[in-house]
Amino acid sequence: MTGNGWFQIFLFFCLVLALTRPLGNFLYRVYERKPTFLDRVLRPVERLIYRICGIDDTKEMDWKGYGFSMLLFSGVSLLLLYLIERTQQWLPWNPQKLPNLAPDLAWNTAVSFTTNTNWQSYVPESTMSYFTQMAGLAYHNFTSAAVGMALAIAVIRGVARKESKTIGNFWVDTTRSMLWILLPLCVILGLALVSQGVVQNLTPYTQANLVEPQTIEKQAADGTKSEDTVTTQVIAQGPVASQEAIKMLGTNGGGFFNANSAHPFENPTPVSNLLEMLMIFAIPSALTYTLGRMTGSAKHGWAVWSAMAGLFLTGVIVAYATESRGNPMLKGVNTTASETQAGGNMEGKEVRFGIANSALFTTVTTDASCGAVNNAHDSLTPIAGMVPLINIMLGEIVFGGVGSGLYGMIVFVILAVFIAGLMVGRTPEYLGKKIEAFDVKMAVLSILVSSLTILIFAAIAIVTKAGLAGISNPGPHGLSQILYAYTSSAGNNGSAFAGINANTLWYNSTLAVAMLLGRFFAVIPVLAIAGNLAAKKQVPESLGTFPVTGPLFTVLLISVIVIVGALTFFPSLSLGPILEHLLMNAGKAF
Amino acid sequence: MTSNPQAKGTSFGDRKILRNAIRDSFAKLDPRLMVRNPVMFVVEVGAVITLVVLVSNLVEHHGDFRFGLQITLWLWFTVLFANFAEAMAEGRGKAQAETLRKARAETEARKLHDDGTTELLPSSKLRAGDVVVVAACEFIPGDGEVIEGVASVDESAITGESAPVIRESGGDRSAVTGGTRVLSDEIKVRITSNPGETFLDRMISLVEGASRQKTPNEIALNILLAGLTIIFLLAVVTLQPFAIYSGAPQSIFALISLLVCLIPTTIGGLLSAIGIAGMDRLIQRNVIAMSGRAVEAAGDVDVLLLDKTGTITLGNREATAFHAAPGVTDADLASAAQLASFADETPEGRSIVVLAKEKYGLRGRELAPHNPIFIPFSAQTRMSGVDMDGREIRKGAPEAIKRYIAEKGQRVPEEVQEHVDRVAKSGGTPLLVAANFRVYGTIELTDIVKGGIRERFDHLRAMGIRTMMITGDNPLTAAAIARQAGVDDFLAEAKPEDKMALIRHEQAKGKLVAMTGDGTNDAPALAQADVGVAMNTGTQAAKEAGNMVDLDSNPTKLIEIVEIGKQLLITRGSLTTFSVANDVAKYFAIIPAMFAGTFPLLGLLNVMKLRTPESAILSAVIFNALIIIGLIPLALRGVRYRPLGAAALLRRNMFIYGLGGVVAPFLGIKLIDILVSWLRLA
Repeated sequence: MTGNGWFQIFLFFCLVLALTRPLGNFLYRVYERKPTFLDRVLRPVERLIYRICGIDDTKEMDWKGYGFSMLLFSGVSLLLLYLIERTQQWLPWNPQKLPNLAPDLAWNTAVSFTTNTNWQSYVPESTMSYFTQMAGLAYHNFTSAAVGMALAIAVIRGVARKESKTIGNFWVDTTRSMLWILLPLCVILGLALVSQGVVQNLTPYTQANLVEPQTIEKQAADGTKSEDTVTTQVIAQGPVASQEAIKMLGTNGGGFFNANSAHPFENPTPVSNLLEMLMIFAIPSALTYTLGRMTGSAKHGWAVWSAMAGLFLTGVIVAYATESRGNPMLKGVNTTASETQAGGNMEGKEVRFGIANSALFTTVTTDASCGAVNNAHDSLTPIAGMVPLINIMLGEIVFGGVGSGLYGMIVFVILAVFIAGLMVGRTPEYLGKKIEAFDVKMAVLSILVSSLTILIFAAIAIVTKAGLAGISNPGPHGLSQILYAYTSSAGNNGSAFAGINANTLWYNSTLAVAMLLGRFFAVIPVLAIAGNLAAKKQVPESLGTFPVTGPLFTVLLISVIVIVGALTFFPSLSLGPILEHLLMNAGKAF
Repeated sequence: MTSNPQAKGTSFGDRKILRNAIRDSFAKLDPRLMVRNPVMFVVEVGAVITLVVLVSNLVEHHGDFRFGLQITLWLWFTVLFANFAEAMAEGRGKAQAETLRKARAETEARKLHDDGTTELLPSSKLRAGDVVVVAACEFIPGDGEVIEGVASVDESAITGESAPVIRESGGDRSAVTGGTRVLSDEIKVRITSNPGETFLDRMISLVEGASRQKTPNEIALNILLAGLTIIFLLAVVTLQPFAIYSGAPQSIFALISLLVCLIPTTIGGLLSAIGIAGMDRLIQRNVIAMSGRAVEAAGDVDVLLLDKTGTITLGNREATAFHAAPGVTDADLASAAQLASFADETPEGRSIVVLAKEKYGLRGRELAPHNPIFIPFSAQTRMSGVDMDGREIRKGAPEAIKRYIAEKGQRVPEEVQEHVDRVAKSGGTPLLVAANFRVYGTIELTDIVKGGIRERFDHLRAMGIRTMMITGDNPLTAAAIARQAGVDDFLAEAKPEDKMALIRHEQAKGKLVAMTGDGTNDAPALAQADVGVAMNTGTQAAKEAGNMVDLDSNPTKLIEIVEIGKQLLITRGSLTTFSVANDVAKYFAIIPAMFAGTFPLLGLLNVMKLRTPESAILSAVIFNALIIIGLIPLALRGVRYRPLGAAALLRRNMFIYGLGGVVAPFLGIKLIDILVSWLRLA
């Protein structure tokens, strides 16, 4: 640990804090259809879109209508991507002549991008054509993010409105997310990334001569050994910057290259690194302010933000501290940070980022359901590796995915209000809305879905041949790999303990199911809550009202998240990373 | 309250209740009953499974029998303890029901036919609409309304109050309850309920909990508990594959122990006891809630509508001052006022006599020699007084006296008129006294605000509840009393329709409203209010309309009802929080114990330093069972209620039950572990 490292983490934190209010305010204006400075340009475009699509933007929907539109839109988009992947070899912009994808992989990927997960069971540069990347994957990066934001706004409306049957218009919310927020920001940020050296082209891959030819020893099937000298390298190219911006801003995380944000063409400098991390947290953090603004309780927005911030800081401190400590098994090796070396556990890390920015990136990308990585999570020391695992297990609500983080958090708010609300001697109320059986049922259902998905699939995988075939390490680390894969997919994160080979029929299909459950099965109950809350009367605030503001509520919310969200996984965690950590300290590695 | 049979019910047979409760705890093991409580049902299923495994292990001679036996026993104890909690709560109600049943004993009824003849038949044959005649010393055969006559009735069987009450036809005191006894006179009663549906029947089934339905909050809480149970069930079920992969498969005893410790058994076991005890606390205060829903709603109330008379002020006004007219001494005025009031038996009249006595020493006056002729109050003259020694002394409302003296061409002096206005403005009631058509002065009658009521309103305010006084007084008087009593708002010159409109208005704003009432014209408002407490002395219509009946007919009790409702909710919330918070420690006891055999390093998670893996698991299970027993008194008594704002209350309860819930099991399990190893149980 270095002062410089802590300072960079602190700086990042301050920047997130500074962004929250202005951006949150902007989101509020966009969704409440208040005038913004972009209206002169975008209003005509918006009207045109509605006219072409035959959308009546004045008509609002109830929660079922909203949910149905969302499912319809996502379903059609999903099939479209599947078709593109299955036919890419006949489509344009395929200079590498990459073949069509196998059905299971195409299905997995289509689901993965539709659900904002961006789990990648494949190596993009050798699998996806430029057309698939741009028309298929990038399209989903935008739409899945826009859908998530629309859902969050619909849920906030449910909390904020009183005696209302409707919670907004899905098409309008999605269109406005896209036009006012995602597209303009991506243009600016894409250019900012280009300024740092992120590539943007449609040229075929480049052949480069190696400065230092490499000799590789090969062993043939009959046991005879031969040597091979490699003198050239293929350098992948592509329209990266445009994709990189939305990959971060939309908390998608699907890399243009296999190495994701560790690749120098995706994330070349510490500045681009900082920018990318800020892009991940920007919208999820701002949405808390939007929540406060729309519900008329700015303090509540900040209380929710504080709970997220508290969990984030805990994670990053643990990750940075344990990674700096390094691997105790490297006895006699000096792993302290100094002028000349980064120190700590540098396995799987980029030298240009070092420990602090890697630990920070890991925490950020898993707190938010982004899943982009700038270092190999598989190579983290066990406890630091447990941080991203727990972050995702909590339900991707520590800032979380764009939109999904906020509505996931609202489910925990409702649970916290219900569990502790009775303690003030009234029927629990959330901002004046009584929390009753139906709301509790839906909240429990929403949380159940992701916990059960993770546990059941992981438990099956860990005792079946098909599941065990994918892991690359024995012992507790193998357990962590499987647990991470299902946690990441059910949480719609998309990062992985990269050692796992998930491009098998078993993993492609089960992970796809986990992703679908984690996204759509979890959000329908939340929409139901929103619809139910919107219809309720609002009890005016009094001294007897349960406070959903202030440090007390923040502590309560964190406790409920930790106890309900994380304790479920304590047994499996103790057999995975915790055991691995203890064994590592005792000198045993996997 | 000491004469209250219900209160006695709790003490007359504590041992009997205990014995019955123990018997019932076993009867409640019936899975058809258990399934209604999903948390405890899972425990029972777990206990059955361990029992089966234990027996098969015994037959096949493998496994640690001693450990398995103890786990199995404690799992059964867990279920029994939860049943016991419920049975205890019910037991108190059953004892009360028994007392009530005695009152319902079959009686003879004299049914009156249209032709005027009467027919003797058992009370169970009576139908609504029948008319019966009840004479002194007879039991009233069923609920009904007095349609003719006046009688004093002993209602102690229902209310516990031994002083007889007057029941008469017409007006707001016409309702009679079956099972009560007429002490004097004869009345005709029109029966209003069929057998089995009488007030007494309803009361019996309510206190017994027979007709107990889960309240909305309870249902919601049950869903949460069921959800947590499913999550933990899966966490435990899926643990086995992970354990197999890790090379440390677990015994069924360890897995079920972990499951039972993790699911919220504490609140799951006590939930229904808390609800029953809440109703019971109301009954002990002589309030019958028609549903648990009403008790819960009482906790949620935002606005209390309180009738001024009897609730905020003592029912009667008292004379507090004499204001003499010019040229009259205060003593003369007092003397005249006292003479005019000697025959006035109303509380106001008596208070005038007393005031004159205390202030001017006018006592022991011998009136007989003066041949007084007392003039009683009449609705026509609205005056009362005395004629003696050729003097005509009168007292009455200012308007009445004005009219009276105007007949002789006299007028009320201006200064007296000022007194009258001032008294009215300050919330009092002025009376004028005149002797021989000359105004002597003004008597000031004041509403006496009940002692301690101001503090109670302050408490309510701190809880976020607004109080609103309803009165027929003019706005000036109402404002003065409102200020004195410390209510937040008032509605003056209120007519019954106004009350209704006010309730609707508050409810439209999303507020819950509670009120009390007794008259027939209160019935619509009682029905509209979220919590409507009818006075037992009130009309049948009012009792039907409200969702609670106060047997003591004490309107101030509304405040207590609200407190009981809140206490019920707080108890539920606190124990839920406690139960969930407990899980942290239990994980730290059981997980290391499960895997320390295969991975000794995981022993580092054994932060409590429990002796052996068996002892650790056993101690967690024992703690989990004993905490239910330990918390029964709290569940039955309720968490102590404090009139604090929500934020302060939350902070306090979070600290006690949240943080306490995290810490307590660490200490408890450690202690049990020491004991278990000392006794060499594991």
